[in-house]
Amino acid sequence: MSEEVFIVGAGIHPFGRTPGLSGLQQGVFAVRQALERAGLAWRDIQFAFGGSDAAGNADTMVSELGLTGIPFINVSNGCATGGSAMFGAYNTIKSGEFDLGLAVGFDKHPRGSFSPLPADWGLPDWYGETGLMLTTQFFAMKIQRYMSLYGITAHTLGAVAEKAFANGVLTDHAWRREAVDIDTILHSQMVSDPLTKFMFCSPGEGAVALLLASGRKARELGLPTVRLRAAAVRTRPAGSFEVFSPALDLERGGSPTSVASQAAYDMAGVGPEDIDIAQLQDTEAGAEIMHMAENGFCADGEQAAWIAEGRTRIDGSLPVNTDGGCLACGEPIGASGLRQVYENYMQLIGQAGARQAPGKLRLGYSHVYGAPGVSAVAIVER
Amino acid sequence: MPDTLPVPIADGLICPDADGIALFASRERTTNRLCFPARPEDDPRYDRVVLPRTGRVWSWTVQRFRPKSPPYAGPEAFEPYAVGYVELDGALIVEGRLVDVAFDDLAIGMAMRIVPLPFEMTDGTLRTSFGFAPDKGLGA
Repeated sequence: MSEEVFIVGAGIHPFGRTPGLSGLQQGVFAVRQALERAGLAWRDIQFAFGGSDAAGNADTMVSELGLTGIPFINVSNGCATGGSAMFGAYNTIKSGEFDLGLAVGFDKHPRGSFSPLPADWGLPDWYGETGLMLTTQFFAMKIQRYMSLYGITAHTLGAVAEKAFANGVLTDHAWRREAVDIDTILHSQMVSDPLTKFMFCSPGEGAVALLLASGRKARELGLPTVRLRAAAVRTRPAGSFEVFSPALDLERGGSPTSVASQAAYDMAGVGPEDIDIAQLQDTEAGAEIMHMAENGFCADGEQAAWIAEGRTRIDGSLPVNTDGGCLACGEPIGASGLRQVYENYMQLIGQAGARQAPGKLRLGYSHVYGAPGVSAVAIVER
Repeated sequence: MPDTLPVPIADGLICPDADGIALFASRERTTNRLCFPARPEDDPRYDRVVLPRTGRVWSWTVQRFRPKSPPYAGPEAFEPYAVGYVELDGALIVEGRLVDVAFDDLAIGMAMRIVPLPFEMTDGTLRTSFGFAPDKGLGA
């Protein structure tokens, strides 16, 4: 039988902008914090997986952390870099090969939108030259169609962003820590209709480190732990609608999120009704709304009522993006998916401070999505 | 293609035609699946086909800030433009600029027709790209 896998420690470098530190240095900060909180030393760590999208090679961290000779695997998997690092660490423990390891993700992006090059994505130059290759356009058109099909209104988009900033106020690692009211959100500059400036997250900086251990090691350490019940990474199925698509098939299908979600539920042997808290990819306010349904938490269209009733607030029946998500934390690609798992870990062990969700939290769900159609889902249990 | 139009922005993209333009695509021989942009013409797994010229808006947005260069190669001076996916009759849903329509009038389901779109490159040269304009013929 394969080993059980536990998260036994976590560290974070605050998200936002830190002019004095490189992305790698923020990664080292997060690793040291995770070790310190767990009362462990770098020499205790037997292996590591880590990566960034735009801030260098994770394995060079050993220069600062210590030359202990451990296997350190660099992960480069676009928006799923952090999720893939954890996937690697999870499977390494599960295989029984090692019993204490690290998953780390960090990033540092320049200001403004991402500027991808068509050739890197298997696309012709004209697609970028004529102004069609923007992630913002994709998210706007996905929610635009969804709103038309399922009766979601701009007010619901605004309410999601308002919640994100309200949660950010309570979160010490968040970037945006000021509340923004819904009228300001709805009437701020339109970026890509129907999404305004305050409905989009920004590329940013930050780092997260998670320490993973086998059941035996976790019991020996006696630390507050959560069990990693599922870690699934999936790419797009036929008929999905993804970033950077010059054309779509008439026959519409599922999404990488729906596939990864189902795989994670199957691995964990639980369903969406069992989940107590969720961190969902919210590149923009509409993404959180659509991902509530794609991850199985509600039917298409039910989000308007859910959000109006406050069900996804910290004190609601299914708190969503309790640390303000990407909207309040920004999106350092390599760290973003691990931030979600960090948040679930802190919530489940009851250490989330001012943003702590009330009641007994047993199952936490996290979901990251990115170009060109990849999703990673993790389910943790206290 | 009428000889007054500048050269196409890419090879194998725009199909010359007496009444305007259409788009090339490829049909995979084993599955009949259509794909756009078209594959290289000498790829033996695909047949070159021409997409229908008309369809309906599947989704839309407005690009309200100048995209970063690269990859964007339009003029420095920026005017917002509409972008959408148009469901071409019985074929594929294709992304492109939406032209000759006020932003406030954009709506899912609008009948559209492909039109040539003169595109000014950063260096001032003109190329022919494509866009979709309201199809007055359908009265929608």
